[in-house]
Amino acid sequence: MSTHKINVKINGGLEQVEVPSNMTLLSMLREKLAMTGTKNGCAAGECGACTILLNGEPVNSCMVLAVEADGAELVTVEGLAHEGELEVIQKTIIDKGGVQCGFCTPGVLISAKALLTRNPNPSEADIREALVGNLCRCTGYVRIVEAVQAAAEQQKGAA
Amino acid sequence: MDKLQKSKDKIPAPVGESITRVDAREKVTGSAIFTDDIQFGPGLLFARIKRSPYPHAKILKIDASKALALPGVKCVVTGKDFPGYTGLYLQDRQIFATEKTRFVGEPVVGIAATSEELAEKALDLIEVEYEPMAAVHDPEYGMSKEAPLIHPDLGKYTVANYIFPKAGTNISNHFKIRKGDVDGAWKNCAVVVEHRYQIPHVQHVPIETHIVIARAEDTGKVTLWSTSQSPFAQRNLIAKALGISHKDIEVIAPYVGGGFGCKAGASMESLVVAIAMKVRGRPVKLRLTREEEFYTAFVRQGLVAYFKMGCDKDGMLLAMENKFYWDSGAYTEYAVNMTRASGYSSSGPYDVPNVKTDSYCVYTNHPVTGPMRGFGMPEMHSGLEQCIDELAITMKMDPVEFRKLNCVQGGDIIVTGMVMHPTGLTECIEKAAKAIDWGKKEKPSAPHKLRGKGIACMWKAPAMSPNAGSSAWVELNEDATLTVGIGGQEIGQGTHTVMSQLAAAALGVPVEHVRIAKPIDTDVSPYEWQTVASRLTWSMGNAVVNAARDARQQILEIVAKAWKEDPEDLDIVNGNVISYKSEESIPLHDIVIYGMPKENYNGWIGGPIVGRGSFMPTYVTGLDAETGQGERAVVHYTTGCQAVEVEVDTLTGRVEILKAVGAFDVGKAINPELVKAQMEGGFGMGLSTAFFEGLKLKDGVLQNPSFVDYRIATTVDMPAKIESIIVEVPQDDGPWGARGVGEHSMVPTIPAIANAIFDATGVRVGSPPYLPEKVYLALVDAGVVK
Repeated sequence: MSTHKINVKINGGLEQVEVPSNMTLLSMLREKLAMTGTKNGCAAGECGACTILLNGEPVNSCMVLAVEADGAELVTVEGLAHEGELEVIQKTIIDKGGVQCGFCTPGVLISAKALLTRNPNPSEADIREALVGNLCRCTGYVRIVEAVQAAAEQQKGAA
Repeated sequence: MDKLQKSKDKIPAPVGESITRVDAREKVTGSAIFTDDIQFGPGLLFARIKRSPYPHAKILKIDASKALALPGVKCVVTGKDFPGYTGLYLQDRQIFATEKTRFVGEPVVGIAATSEELAEKALDLIEVEYEPMAAVHDPEYGMSKEAPLIHPDLGKYTVANYIFPKAGTNISNHFKIRKGDVDGAWKNCAVVVEHRYQIPHVQHVPIETHIVIARAEDTGKVTLWSTSQSPFAQRNLIAKALGISHKDIEVIAPYVGGGFGCKAGASMESLVVAIAMKVRGRPVKLRLTREEEFYTAFVRQGLVAYFKMGCDKDGMLLAMENKFYWDSGAYTEYAVNMTRASGYSSSGPYDVPNVKTDSYCVYTNHPVTGPMRGFGMPEMHSGLEQCIDELAITMKMDPVEFRKLNCVQGGDIIVTGMVMHPTGLTECIEKAAKAIDWGKKEKPSAPHKLRGKGIACMWKAPAMSPNAGSSAWVELNEDATLTVGIGGQEIGQGTHTVMSQLAAAALGVPVEHVRIAKPIDTDVSPYEWQTVASRLTWSMGNAVVNAARDARQQILEIVAKAWKEDPEDLDIVNGNVISYKSEESIPLHDIVIYGMPKENYNGWIGGPIVGRGSFMPTYVTGLDAETGQGERAVVHYTTGCQAVEVEVDTLTGRVEILKAVGAFDVGKAINPELVKAQMEGGFGMGLSTAFFEGLKLKDGVLQNPSFVDYRIATTVDMPAKIESIIVEVPQDDGPWGARGVGEHSMVPTIPAIANAIFDATGVRVGSPPYLPEKVYLALVDAGVVK
């Protein structure tokens, strides 16, 4: 398998990574960079646990080849907090009790962040639609949806 | 002394407070460590498993020579290497199949290689010759004389003394209830209802699949890093299966990314240990793919259930006759005990004087079944609670009133002859009915829609070994913070938070001073039977409280000696020891490691404080093999109910839940928001099994092993509002009265929805899942839709 050197900006920092042609972004993060916050739930683009931002858009990182991300900007769950200060959606998902086992949480947070960036004032239906690709088996989603609503409210207050 | 008495009577903080989860921050920042996240470096080997493509087949020949010739392939393991039998209650299973395979996906050969790709490539080079055999795909057929025998050696297997396999059949357990005179009771019944239900296999679908890394050292020590709800049970099962001493096996279990029962006991873990023993010194990793997770770990038992029940002219339940045929799949693991548990709870949460139940566990050539949230109760209640509803409505009685009239109360002699403890089921029914506006019929939102409400009750006891135990330790640190050792797993339910609260409350320190020692590690964590059966808050909670009280007593005795006072006059409040008598006070951090000086520094008193505690129920009795009667079948029952309002679209058959209410008697909510989160999450899982889920098996081959073909509920499927109501009738031996609720919230969901569909449409939809086409066709059959 031939390998390629790619340059990516991950959570604000530049990285050069040597990756095999068939390596996914998910594997690159977890295996090459030991960034294990992004989870592998199905490796088939169906569960959303591996959701990251690729140039601002939420993607299932198991469905994107690492070589396709050459020159791109990535945000993973590890990049949400800044200098120990949690991002609003991280705080509200804790406050609302939207975390249980925590395995879907990184993907949920990234999808929620993407939604709140493109639509700061989402309706409940918008939220449910935006998170439909993030499977959660623990919570029944109720508190996750409430957390996104609360984050939108707080962001509005801060703006 | 008044102050002291008051302090002793008060429920101490933070019991009853909804503190933030102790694991929340690491789970939102991506720093929480799950098994797959542990780094093992370049020495790591990757295991893959060659599996049976046939549901039932003789193994004629295995040739792995081509695979072994591949550079980087380190070993090949087959059943011949580890021929011992294993099983929790009935030892019917080998690690790798030897003479024949009994389900599609059964492990036949294991290999380890230097990369996952290479391991996968090597699998294709292994040649296995099979001779397919006639198979069993239905438990009722499996019971028949014509059915091929799946375990011809059933009579020779080692079995627990309360499990009754029938040699020469496919029946691995038969549990009976014979209470009163059922045959004589029917003539006194005003109405009798009779139905058959079929509940399909479903899968637990944790978002984290099963992952195990095993390393066998030259010294004989074996270490496992495992996605496990039961590290101690795994140690026990693997030790016995492989003939290793318990002290030489260490199971390390980090956070679990969802369990719901499928990560209890042992399913694929022994495979990895067996392979690791062939490549000593190197860690070996097996990560189940999502497809493998769907049919090679555990699935839920299938059920064919027959109910017959009747009540007198006043609506009092008189008799029930139940037959359960549990489809256990190819091996039983937990299913034999689940057969027993469903039998001893087979009256549902009702006072019924005459009950006859036959609960059979039947081998089929289906995937191996394991425990799943509710342990038989969601399946059993699905039919039972629809029959109760029909009985009420046929009697022209209100289904809520009918349930209140018949539901179990403290003091009732229940189905096994046990005296029921105080329970708040009536209160649950009343509160749920009020919250859903029972009796008030709302207008549908569109002319082609029908609207209705339904309710269903439940009960469930922890189904476990009668003497399943817990233990804990509490160690004080230099700054008077607490490290608490437990062996129970954080699988999302919040148990580490609840244990922190209990330890803080029992010792008298702020909860922020408590840290749970993790990961759970059988070498250093205290023994815990398993994280199953909604038993941790109660059982492990008691052990933690006992350990904290032990530490507290040690501290009070040291201080009392130094102050020349009676320990009885002392208390620990907010991290300080205080005397109600002398009104002296001293912070804990001055005492807990270095002790206290005697007068004039004439020596020292005390030393490092470590508290220990354990808990094991000692009062559960055996049951008569012929009647299922005994003094005390179980430790306790958690009871409750759910009510839903639905709208049925008559054009599509789609059912929408407008509102859902759950009310459960949890004894005492240690953390009310965590309790409510369990009620919501369980409802979500129940809803998912009601509307979508079922393994589609065609001749034993799973047709839908992916999230595209096996759908689980997503954000858009959940109702906007779920109201959770906590009822608290204290448990006499629970910590501050608490009992568990993790599983219970998915038990009544299917029948509550089915009963609401009936209320809306007048049509009984029966067996789940209630897919739109099923509902639509039922409406057509009944003439509701032309």
